Amino acid sequence: MANRSVVITGLGVVASNGVGIEAFDEALRGGVSGIRRQQDMVDAQLRCHIAGRPMISDDYKHAYLSNLMFSKVKNHAVINGLLAGLEAWNHAGLTSGAEKVDDDSGIIMGSGALGLDFSTSEKMHTVENGLSRKLGSFTIPESMSSGASAFLNSILGLGNRVLSNSSACITGSEAVLLGYEHIVSGKAERMLCGSTEGDGIYIWGGFDALRVLCADSNHDPAKGSRPMSDSLGGFVPSSGAGALVLESLESAQKRGANILAEIKGGFVNSGGQRNGGSLTAPNFQAIVNCIKNTLALSKIEPGQIDLISGHLTSTPNDVNEVKCWAEGLGLSSGNFPYINTPKSMIGHSIAAAGSIELVACVLQLVNNYIHPSINCETVHPELSDILSQEKVPSKTLYKEINTVIKANFGFGDLNCCVVLQKWKG
Amino acid sequence: MDKEQIIKELIEIITPYVPEKDLIDNIDESKELINDLHINSAHIVDIVLDVEEKYDIMIDDDAIGKMNTVGESVSMILEKIKS
Repeated sequence: MANRSVVITGLGVVASNGVGIEAFDEALRGGVSGIRRQQDMVDAQLRCHIAGRPMISDDYKHAYLSNLMFSKVKNHAVINGLLAGLEAWNHAGLTSGAEKVDDDSGIIMGSGALGLDFSTSEKMHTVENGLSRKLGSFTIPESMSSGASAFLNSILGLGNRVLSNSSACITGSEAVLLGYEHIVSGKAERMLCGSTEGDGIYIWGGFDALRVLCADSNHDPAKGSRPMSDSLGGFVPSSGAGALVLESLESAQKRGANILAEIKGGFVNSGGQRNGGSLTAPNFQAIVNCIKNTLALSKIEPGQIDLISGHLTSTPNDVNEVKCWAEGLGLSSGNFPYINTPKSMIGHSIAAAGSIELVACVLQLVNNYIHPSINCETVHPELSDILSQEKVPSKTLYKEINTVIKANFGFGDLNCCVVLQKWKG
Repeated sequence: MDKEQIIKELIEIITPYVPEKDLIDNIDESKELINDLHINSAHIVDIVLDVEEKYDIMIDDDAIGKMNTVGESVSMILEKIKS
């Protein structure tokens, strides 16, 4: 069992620049920004007035949700997670709605501040006004952190492990790593893995108070998120969800599934909030260790890496992150790989970031391209020894991509890193 | 408002909560909401809220306990509308 291969057979995504994998793939290649001015942030007098919110049409929701869910479920984190999860399940060629429980399949759909989605505002007022009897039966599943998983499984009927992890900005990549480990251990054949985040001023207000959001682009939203650039100003918040169907190679081959990529391995750790690490800042040595352990566990040499999909939120920490990549991989100028993150287009989707970005990694692997970084005309001067401008393409670069290393770093001093490789059968 | 109209409107209200379409196609006054129509018991509170909103009435907890069948629910609605 220890050597079981795990492959990815389905993708789903809800992002501010594209809802559904086809639209998202097109938006990534086109360098399309999903960042817009948000009236609720203006009205609440946040410093940052821009964010990425997915534009989900009613037709799109109707295609996946029952009339009851369509009309009753209001929490955007739950809706995003449902739509991404169901798209991934369908994309993998798997069916839903059967009477029989599928004991070989499970779900790991993490979330960040699911209960702080703006939709909860109305429910808070209902309770405060003494009308709690009017909350209805959906309030609890829509506010529990496992809400997205719970609603997903009401449709899918899966009998294996159903978990909702929560680990700040690494939530999405950790969900995928947990699913990978669960399948490698032989306990499941298929795991629907991903993460979701809702939206609104209750979530974003706290980040604004920390002065970590971008406040210099309120009148030019698409220019706000500038990872790795010489004008790192703060991150642009966003909402959305990503989902990937992970499957044992045996299961995928047995049912003739379309194999998109292979997960080679990964590692998750914490800096212990020591040696520079804190609730909000990373211990850099732990990041380097996480990258090194990921390489060892994935049996990958640094020179094999075609693309780094970084965390790279467009804050001053981008500089430190790239330095950690250089140290962890033992690579610098000349042999440093291409590096990107969808955040220049969609902002930072917080707990959803990792899964959305892993979906982007698989799309780039399958379709052989490196998507652009749209706001990095000049790489940050402190990175010039490591990173030449050509390694941060401003236009989509079409080339063979075989190996991608992806990392996310999160509050609480958490790190997660995963290696994906093209499936060549 | 006559009974036939209430039945029609009640069926419209409960339809989204009924998991299988053929159960709605064969609905009649004798059908129990949970046992016959397979409505998740948690959704009874949602149906009560929908009914309260539709008819601008208040259905207390004792009354909810007496709404087992479609017919009983219709009687309850008629009674509350009149009172």
